[in-house]
Amino acid sequence: MSYTIEGNTGAWEIVVGLEVHAQVISKSKLFSGASTLFGGEPNSHVSLIDAGFPGMLPVINQACVEQAVRTGLGLKARINLQSRFDRKNYFYADLPTGYQISQFEHPIIGTGVVQIELSDGSTRDIGITRLHLEQDAGKLMHDQDPKRSFVDLNRAGVALMEIVSEPDIRSPEEAGAYLRKLRQILRYLGTCDGNMEEGSMRADVNVSVRKSASEPFRTRCEIKNVNSIRFVMQAIEIEAARQIEIWENGGEVDQETRLFDPHKGETRSLRSKEDAHDYRYFPDPDLLPLVIEQSWVDQIKQTLPELPDEKRARFQQDYGITAYDAGVLVAEQATADFYESVAKGRDGKSAAAWVTGDFFAALNRTGKSIEESPVSAANLGAMLDLIADGTINGKIAKEVLEDMFETGEAPLAIVDRKGLRQVTDTGAIEATADEIISKNADKVEQYKGGKDKLFGFFVGQVMKATGGKANPAIVNDILRKKLDG
Amino acid sequence: MLTDLTIAQAAEGLRKKEFSAVELTKAHTDAIDALNGRVNAYITVTSDKALEAAKKADSTLAAGEAPALTGIPLGIKDLFCTNGVRTTAASKIIGNFVPPYESTVTAKLLENGAIFLGKTNLDEFAMGSGNLTSAFGGVENPWHRKDDASVLVPGGSSGGSAAAVAARMAMGATGTDTGGSIRQPAAYCGIVGLKPTYGRCSRWGTIAFASSLDQAGPMTRSVEDASIMLSAMAGADPKDSTCANVAVPDYRAACGRSLKGLRVGIPAEYRAPGMSEEILAVWQKGIDMLREAGCEIVDVSLPHTKYGLATYYIIAPAECSSNLARYDGVRFGERAEGATSLDDLYEKTRHNGFGEEVRRRILMGTYVLSAGYYDAYYLKAQKVRTLIQRDFTQAFQKVDVLLTPTAPTAAFARDEKPEDPVQMYLNDIFTVPASMAGQPAMSVPVELDDKGLPLGLQLIGKHFDEETIIAVGSALEKAAGFTALPDLRAGVSA
Repeated sequence: MSYTIEGNTGAWEIVVGLEVHAQVISKSKLFSGASTLFGGEPNSHVSLIDAGFPGMLPVINQACVEQAVRTGLGLKARINLQSRFDRKNYFYADLPTGYQISQFEHPIIGTGVVQIELSDGSTRDIGITRLHLEQDAGKLMHDQDPKRSFVDLNRAGVALMEIVSEPDIRSPEEAGAYLRKLRQILRYLGTCDGNMEEGSMRADVNVSVRKSASEPFRTRCEIKNVNSIRFVMQAIEIEAARQIEIWENGGEVDQETRLFDPHKGETRSLRSKEDAHDYRYFPDPDLLPLVIEQSWVDQIKQTLPELPDEKRARFQQDYGITAYDAGVLVAEQATADFYESVAKGRDGKSAAAWVTGDFFAALNRTGKSIEESPVSAANLGAMLDLIADGTINGKIAKEVLEDMFETGEAPLAIVDRKGLRQVTDTGAIEATADEIISKNADKVEQYKGGKDKLFGFFVGQVMKATGGKANPAIVNDILRKKLDG
Repeated sequence: MLTDLTIAQAAEGLRKKEFSAVELTKAHTDAIDALNGRVNAYITVTSDKALEAAKKADSTLAAGEAPALTGIPLGIKDLFCTNGVRTTAASKIIGNFVPPYESTVTAKLLENGAIFLGKTNLDEFAMGSGNLTSAFGGVENPWHRKDDASVLVPGGSSGGSAAAVAARMAMGATGTDTGGSIRQPAAYCGIVGLKPTYGRCSRWGTIAFASSLDQAGPMTRSVEDASIMLSAMAGADPKDSTCANVAVPDYRAACGRSLKGLRVGIPAEYRAPGMSEEILAVWQKGIDMLREAGCEIVDVSLPHTKYGLATYYIIAPAECSSNLARYDGVRFGERAEGATSLDDLYEKTRHNGFGEEVRRRILMGTYVLSAGYYDAYYLKAQKVRTLIQRDFTQAFQKVDVLLTPTAPTAAFARDEKPEDPVQMYLNDIFTVPASMAGQPAMSVPVELDDKGLPLGLQLIGKHFDEETIIAVGSALEKAAGFTALPDLRAGVSA
């Protein structure tokens, strides 16, 4: 059942399209040699070009173009071998030249697709309309002085990719899934760090509602600059409810730009269509049309990593793990790589259970990322080998893993240091079993009288007596012979 | 007099130790001291720096292997950013701007040994044809009509450069040409002005008027001098994406090249109705001289010429409206006092900072780019521009070079300035089409009209074929034997 919002007049469907601004990972800015490093002293990463000095000219940064092409390939999109930069003209204090260089009519990347997974296990394709390159603006600071505003141009001129989706999204959940998937793809590609808190990924959300899927689209509102996935989902719900109320009360939704206020839980008007800027776009005469070669695109394609969708399918196929586990393991490239190092040449299912189970739990508990893990994939793999060859059992392995997290030592070293090798000597186990049986004659009587559950008690006692090191299968065998025989 | 020498002659004299670079420079700074009060060719004079540089030039010359322009004193249009030297674009809005960088063209000239005397006057942001819109006052043309003391305009926008070169206040000067700003003042002041192919000289560090048209070029007293300066100014620049990566030939070698068999096109459309008999006569004289020199004269047609001016006055203002947006009082420009909001700050600053003509063009440009008008004006103009370019491409399949008048009239008097701005724009009617098509073009002085004012003819060449216009220009120069001197010049008391 698809997502709807119940109004007074029945169910409403929501229609959402997202425009994501993703900051390109590059050393220098889109049209200047200034550094893109985040968090420098205000105005410390600014070239004369970024500050719009007279006579300064932009020169396209090839690395940024490569990143855009890489992203286009990752979105299975059409790569436009010829594109063009246009000027978007408007006055604002954070925009030194009075225009932003963007791509209006001829973007570098055309239509593509992102496949999203939903909580019920189903998937949907969300269309990508286009991706274009443009400059970021500077940042105004209003809190430095009671009377004046300051401007920091460190961000001015940094390359952004604006990724525009089709209005294919039909629920807040889908919007969240789309953003998570897009971020995952960008991170896999290494083209954007996807860090929404630092503003390196921001979303403009276009929302409209309609009574049924057969009805044409109604007027939409654009919610600007929403900076977390959760807020995007909230903003959609709140804005859709506002629009439904207007329609149901016989009103008309005005096309306008709105802001989402997460504290008040509302959207409010920023500017109406009448006040919309006339950006006076025209081709930037300082730049030639951007022409790239198919052979260069093919070369970039060769260097593309395996993307999450393909990786997940392969993990299921090669390691026999569930779609769910595969999804969890490919969420981050680093996790996928870690898992694959552990699973390669071993039992994939058991590797998945250990990685997503005790290993993740330990990371969580210690607040460490997988890159900071004291347990290397090689060592976790070695631990799995110790289980497989009977050196330790699963229970002891948990203890060994704990120790590995603390010391970073190899599992075998820990096993030897602590004397945790599994006891497989039947004679020794038999002696212990005899001792336990003779000490608990009453329980033996009860067991033989039909109290089957007591078998577990004897197993437990033997394990306890051997410090957990006895091979559980051998213990079972011996006890069966002695008690049932 | 040292100030009467051409660059070629002075370069030789310096190498023969007939005089020193210091002496040559001093002669020019003296001329500036004597004349600039009246001519107003310079906005900023840098005599001390020039003499300092001249001393260095003398040691370079003494050591031998000095580059071509070593010790040659030049004027620099105040649109080229010069490191540590105020650069104003003749506008109040950046009247105190001191760039911390050197434009590519002036940097190349400095590398080539040139000495800069100062920054020459121009129409504000290079917008004008009479040097009447400068915030630093008008420039007086060193030429005057016979028995008439009226102050004439030097043309524009490179009017200060043209006047300085004509009055011997510089041996040569840089100009920039967007729709005729090198060629028209050269014609008005009786000197040579060469606008190279668009993309021949870097635009980096030159204050932009209309980026798709702006091109730097030399203004000199001989074609040979123009060729020497152009060799130093031209060349690829990784900092300007529109600057072509085309090898720079030895332009000077083209001077005096034989014209045998060269085909010279005469475009019918430049025979505009109402054109003065004098202009038609000098044009005919030029045709005869080139035929005499061995050229074949061919009638050609550039059918879209009549749309050139209208198209230009859409595209150039459109680009300028965007290029000048940065002068908003936030970083540059005299910030207006008492603003109540950011928009108010912009409005006040820009109203006070820009002159009337610049404001007019910004408004026109903003209008033609606006939603609802873009297709009818800007887009249509771009299409017509393509047709104008095609006219030239087709003509150059038949001929090697075109010969036309440079301007429809000789220099006019300041008080004859037309009230209607469109009348003013008509000064550019012959120069604009070549700008729109990016062709190289040069104005060469040919003779005086019956009032004693210089008239020039324009040569238009194929893209990156400056050599042919230099070859034809030097032949025209030789045949015309233009030796007249302006009455206002170094050594003649003002």
